Amino acid sequence: MSDRYIELVNGGFAGSLAKKLGLPQPAPLRRYTPGAALVPGPVLVLGPDTDQTDALATALLGWDLEVHRSPSTGSARWGAVVVVLAEVDDASELGAHVLPIAPALKQMARGGRVVTISRAASGAAAPTAAAARQAVDGFVRSLGKEMRGGATANGLVLAHESTTPADDGVLAALRFFLSARSSFVDGQLVTVGDAPVAADLTGSDEERPLAGRVAVVTGAARGIGAAIARTLARDGASLVLVDVPAAGEHLAKVANEVRGTALQLDITAPDAGTRIIEHAIARHGGLHIVVHNAGITRDKLLANMKPETWESVLAVNLAAQLRINEQLLASEHFRDAPRIVSLASTSGIAGNRGQTNYGASKAGVIGMVRATAPLLAAASGGTGTVNAVAPGFIVTEMTARIPFATREVAKRLNSLQQGGEPSDVAEAIAFLASPAGGAVNGQVLRVCGQNLVGA
Amino acid sequence: MSQTTTPGASPADGVRNAYVLGGNRIPFGKVGGAYARASNQDMLTAALDGLIARHGLQSERIGEVVGGAVLKHSADFNLVRESVLGTTLDPRTPAFDLQQACATGLEAVVTLSNKIRLGQTESGIACGVDSTSDAPIAVSKGLRRVLLAAAHAKDTPSRVKAFLKVRPKHLTPDAPRTDEPRTGLSMGEHQAITTARWGISREAQDDVALRSHHNLAASYDRGFQDDLVTPYRGLVRDQILRPETSAEKLAKLSPVFGKSLPTTATMTAGNSTPLSDGASAVLLGSRQWAQERNLPLLARVVDAETAAVDFVHGHEGLLMAPVHAAARLLTRNGLRLEDFDYVEIHEAFASVLLTTQAAWADDEYCRTELGLDGALGTIDPDRINVNGSSLAAGHPFAATGGRIVAQTAKLLAEHQREHGTPARALITVCAAGGLGVTAILESVPSEGGN
Repeated sequence: MSDRYIELVNGGFAGSLAKKLGLPQPAPLRRYTPGAALVPGPVLVLGPDTDQTDALATALLGWDLEVHRSPSTGSARWGAVVVVLAEVDDASELGAHVLPIAPALKQMARGGRVVTISRAASGAAAPTAAAARQAVDGFVRSLGKEMRGGATANGLVLAHESTTPADDGVLAALRFFLSARSSFVDGQLVTVGDAPVAADLTGSDEERPLAGRVAVVTGAARGIGAAIARTLARDGASLVLVDVPAAGEHLAKVANEVRGTALQLDITAPDAGTRIIEHAIARHGGLHIVVHNAGITRDKLLANMKPETWESVLAVNLAAQLRINEQLLASEHFRDAPRIVSLASTSGIAGNRGQTNYGASKAGVIGMVRATAPLLAAASGGTGTVNAVAPGFIVTEMTARIPFATREVAKRLNSLQQGGEPSDVAEAIAFLASPAGGAVNGQVLRVCGQNLVGA
Repeated sequence: MSQTTTPGASPADGVRNAYVLGGNRIPFGKVGGAYARASNQDMLTAALDGLIARHGLQSERIGEVVGGAVLKHSADFNLVRESVLGTTLDPRTPAFDLQQACATGLEAVVTLSNKIRLGQTESGIACGVDSTSDAPIAVSKGLRRVLLAAAHAKDTPSRVKAFLKVRPKHLTPDAPRTDEPRTGLSMGEHQAITTARWGISREAQDDVALRSHHNLAASYDRGFQDDLVTPYRGLVRDQILRPETSAEKLAKLSPVFGKSLPTTATMTAGNSTPLSDGASAVLLGSRQWAQERNLPLLARVVDAETAAVDFVHGHEGLLMAPVHAAARLLTRNGLRLEDFDYVEIHEAFASVLLTTQAAWADDEYCRTELGLDGALGTIDPDRINVNGSSLAAGHPFAATGGRIVAQTAKLLAEHQREHGTPARALITVCAAGGLGVTAILESVPSEGGN
């Protein structure tokens, strides 16, 4: 699945030619390997000179990072810039805190990060505060499009006024965005709540954050599902791999690779959720994570759409998830910091020609996730979360079947000017599924390299 | 059922129970079909891989893996061990090859269960595979002698001299035959004689075939096979299975066996098992071994009996040995046929199922041939081969026993769970050479025992 174009424009003559011709110049992304440094250089912390900003800088120092408070003091290329805007409630003050990013941008390491921490506009008492907070949204999304060299810009939005930037839940999410795990996440703002996070953010379990957790992945025989299984296994989870009986041969290969158990099962069966729970409890002694990855496409223009074409997509992509979630919510076995992560799609956000059925199903998933989030949290004493991940153009066997020219163009239509890897989607899911993701609930995280279409 | 030995105790302490914990097979293919280019080792490895994946046995050191193939290349002398080495099992897992014609798979289950019961091993995988597509073809005896003489020659002239002895007739290869070496009759011709002796009608045989196809298709449709079969090389269900077959379609087929007999020939391609390719594997273990790995106890292997009959002199039908074995097995265990909730009779031919039942129900036969006081009994047809058998699934010789044991064990566990009452099954498999193996499986109540 290598991207020949990226290899080409990042070397010698072809590279300088592409530059002269004004062709896209995507950079190889910094991808996660256990044990690698969190960021590729020192971290610059910007923001008002307050206790909250200090507290955040101190927390980063605690992660053994080189932290600076001014762009002029660093000599190496910046690994990341964290901009603390949680106390900026006047839009006229915004420039004072974001403009100092400018010199750092010119000295940014490959795969560097800009992450803002701001507050939700919905919580603002005055219009001027709401304006300042909402302004961050447009700032981050625009900056994402200006980043080069595989660097990204994202934002954390604090949902509650009582949350401070150095709270554990915020730091855990910040750690994800700084790390190479978020390599294909760009121009995104994620809301962070105040649920307690039961994770040691600096401790030795960082490399196996899912140790002792039992995870179910549907549609695990191939592509993104198989990548999710591998990533969750790498992070220490015990796995139940689910796919339709017809995909059993590939499913067995993945199961044997990640040392999990293969469960051949049609998720549209009425008792699918119960059978999944029974298998996980009987064979693995528990159930903590369910990743709804199984999905199908049956593309047709609506003018030519047959009822069965519509229904089959809705049945697999949406109805099955709804039914399984009901069974999970009702199960006493799904109460220990439970996690549900559903695969949505940018087609469900921005729409896609020929995919009225698929787009409807994936938008439906987003609605389901937002509504299920408070239910699971309530059922699990505030420890559970339900989130969606919406992949953009991901290089898989499925997208490899798109005609060459269409595929090459589609791949470049995002800020990172390349397709993502299945592992990029898997990394985002692994974060949301981990104890560290506990403060992120009811969110839709796009893993799309900041697709030019959609939000 | 409850013995008082400690699991894992020394054999001297007595016998403990052996359990079927799970199974896996690849869908069975037609000769020259989906697996035309798969070797026995390829297929057996695939069946083992699926078993490992289903039960999470990666890196597990299994006590012993036992199985075999009926049609086997001489190069595959360590077929099972070589297959084990191709899986993710611990490479320190021992294995040996075993072969008892069509009863290979069931005999492997019996052998391993006995080792487990004696405390010689805690776990085992019984397996079997056969390819009629990739059958071993040998050179003729004449050519073999020439080749060996040439190989032993010390110089070129004597080597040339050896090769000059090759004659055109030597070049005809020896394909493996399923004919009985001592009678020259094929198995089908033998069974045609037995079928005629017991007066089994064409309609009854076609009805057995029809039920087999419908029962197997229904078991797939209700998801029963979801945790018994793993697809392989694009094949998702058995290639021989004909869910839409009907009595009319089966009635149209011409007889293929027994055409030289004085009676009307009744055995067709529809009510006889076609040549097939495939592999199966069954996971066995002690209670403690299973519980330590959170594996379910599907069924207990209660007892088994093997028999052989004198078919050479025509005293008994070639495929009638299970009739004798079952009589001894039931007598030893104090059971009647009516005590079985399920009976699995391997359908080498539809008429095997019928001649077997006819013999058990015949007072005089049971007295004179089986040494019983009277008829062994009858079985409700609704209890026989309830999820289909070889006529619908196909019959890759050594793989059939594993298919039957795994699906019967699952059936018993399902019965126990749904009805809350124990269930018992009898399995019979006939084999070439006048051999027959039978076994009893029982469901496992949720508590107690060892």
